Amino acid sequence: MAGAAPQGASRSEVYRGNGPRLMLPTWVFIGIFLVLPVGLMAIYSFLTKEFRGGVIWEFTWAAYDQFFLDRGLFGDEPPSIEWTYIGIFWRSIWQAGLATVLCLLIGFPTAWFIATREASARPVWLFLVTIPYWVNLLIRTVSMKFLIRDNGPLNEFLLWTGVISDPLSLINTNFAVQLGLFYSYLPFMVLPIYSAVERYDFALSEAAADLYSDNWTTLRLVILPVVKPGIVAGCILVFVPSLGAFLAPDLLGGAKTFMIGSLIEEQFKGAAGNWPFGAAAAMILLSIVMAVLLLHARAQSKEAS
Amino acid sequence: MKTFLTTTAVALALAGAASAEGKLTIYHWFEYIPQELLDKFSAEYDVEVTMDTYDSNEALLAALKAGRLGSYDVAVPGDYMVKILGDEGMLDTFTPEEMPNLGNIEDQWMDVDFDPGRKSSIPYQWGSTSFSVNTEMYDGPRDSLGLIFEPPAELAGKINVLDTSGETLTLASMYAGIPQCTSDRDQLKALNALVQGAKDSWASFGSDVAKDVLVSGDAAAGMIWSGFSAKARSEGAPVEYVFPKEGMIVWMDNVVLLKDAPNRENALKFMNFLLEPENAAAVTNYAQYTAGVKGVGEFLDPEVATSPESNPPADVKGVFVQACPEEVQVMYDAIWTELKK
Repeated sequence: MAGAAPQGASRSEVYRGNGPRLMLPTWVFIGIFLVLPVGLMAIYSFLTKEFRGGVIWEFTWAAYDQFFLDRGLFGDEPPSIEWTYIGIFWRSIWQAGLATVLCLLIGFPTAWFIATREASARPVWLFLVTIPYWVNLLIRTVSMKFLIRDNGPLNEFLLWTGVISDPLSLINTNFAVQLGLFYSYLPFMVLPIYSAVERYDFALSEAAADLYSDNWTTLRLVILPVVKPGIVAGCILVFVPSLGAFLAPDLLGGAKTFMIGSLIEEQFKGAAGNWPFGAAAAMILLSIVMAVLLLHARAQSKEAS
Repeated sequence: MKTFLTTTAVALALAGAASAEGKLTIYHWFEYIPQELLDKFSAEYDVEVTMDTYDSNEALLAALKAGRLGSYDVAVPGDYMVKILGDEGMLDTFTPEEMPNLGNIEDQWMDVDFDPGRKSSIPYQWGSTSFSVNTEMYDGPRDSLGLIFEPPAELAGKINVLDTSGETLTLASMYAGIPQCTSDRDQLKALNALVQGAKDSWASFGSDVAKDVLVSGDAAAGMIWSGFSAKARSEGAPVEYVFPKEGMIVWMDNVVLLKDAPNRENALKFMNFLLEPENAAAVTNYAQYTAGVKGVGEFLDPEVATSPESNPPADVKGVFVQACPEEVQVMYDAIWTELKK
């Protein structure tokens, strides 16, 4: 031990005073790919819209006004609260939340199963979980559409077995959208929980059982607190991309209703061509995501102290 | 919409790409030009051709506005979008001397509202937008746009509409007998009520899937472009294109010379090349619309020349989609948002 200490000290010597310089690539990266685009978006959301896309460099609240205040179809009624966009956001949040819960319900037992296999078998199971990721998300979503359509293989199989007598109408429903989101993001739930469960000391479960704890109590009071960081990470990793998803709603849900993602896309690529409004909607989405992450960070730091 | 189909197709010259004389960068619709034609141009003029694709006129405008102007030589906007691009100052002009085949353009397409005298554009293909039915799934009467906008009960949940506000709201207006770009409040309210009422019967909104949903049977009736429907039929699906008594949308796509084109010379060569009857016919044989070029007849596949989709009855009314002024367009945007909220 005595010999190790100076060696450690000399190693940290190398880095002393070089911190800022070594951080430079990170700062440049964050500056170019995070601060700059988000800053641009923030600025654009306060500019005046140009007809058919583009902006005029005059400051205005118009985009946020349009988001939150309803002035009627012709824009001359007294303002009341605009529920259209709040409704679209709420639908996306609800949908992302449901997808997260579903992923958790299936993902936790899956992760538990993998983590409790022989150490040599675990990589194989993990490998199986990641295989679908070798295929592009779009192609997987289109395949899902082929599988569940009215005369697709799923319905044909069920008809053949006689379980159903008429094809199930699955395509263009919320169920299909949930299926798509669940399928797309499940591994994001499994992997973080797996890494948390893998570090769990199973002697703790035995100790709890010795103290007459039943399985449910052990799960609640012993296991969950230990693997909670993995669950929270998994939930965030599923919830955040689901919130902005538009492939599944468009392809599997029939694009009948705007999601946050497609609403923003429409402002830039659709006939509306209202860039400041698209930027404002994106800023509001960003704020919601930031709020969720901040709440999580605060809860964690409270726990730590 | 649908960035996912906005794939990038790169067409390299047949042999010795590195030794090509020059380059040409095309910004084009998806699935709208045969690869063989691009190869032919590459070989004939020793030009390396690159193509990116888009899936709506609005997406083209958005990309050009977002800074892509100056990286493409030619694009293929629809009629009203030619006017918008022109008004935005995004088009270059050419002289008749620079376009020797200008005289090949059919007379009716020479002096068009959106580009009088053809100073920046040449016809690419024209066709119509209406709807088709899958006759295996629906065999009732089909002569009216009412099938889409006030559908019979048996079509409920079996209808696809194009996911573009311009075409969908224009066809709805034609059905309701409302003029385009109206600012009359009662008319707009009636239009709003019409599409709101129809929406419950609609299964999906989709443009690039318009053919697929009819062929697969996900939809029994769906708004579609004439040539897209012809393709479905030629693939063997029981899909019938309808010429409604209320009329249909007529449109023309045009090849335009973009401002600040990096390869202006090759762009002009390419446009002139597309005005050769044989080449225009090659596009028509592929896309199954109609060329606006004289003398294509002898090069057309017989089944394309006589296809029902491209030969509407003489008494069917066709109208171009108009580009509405800003104060009117915001109301149509509001109706569309209200519809999809």
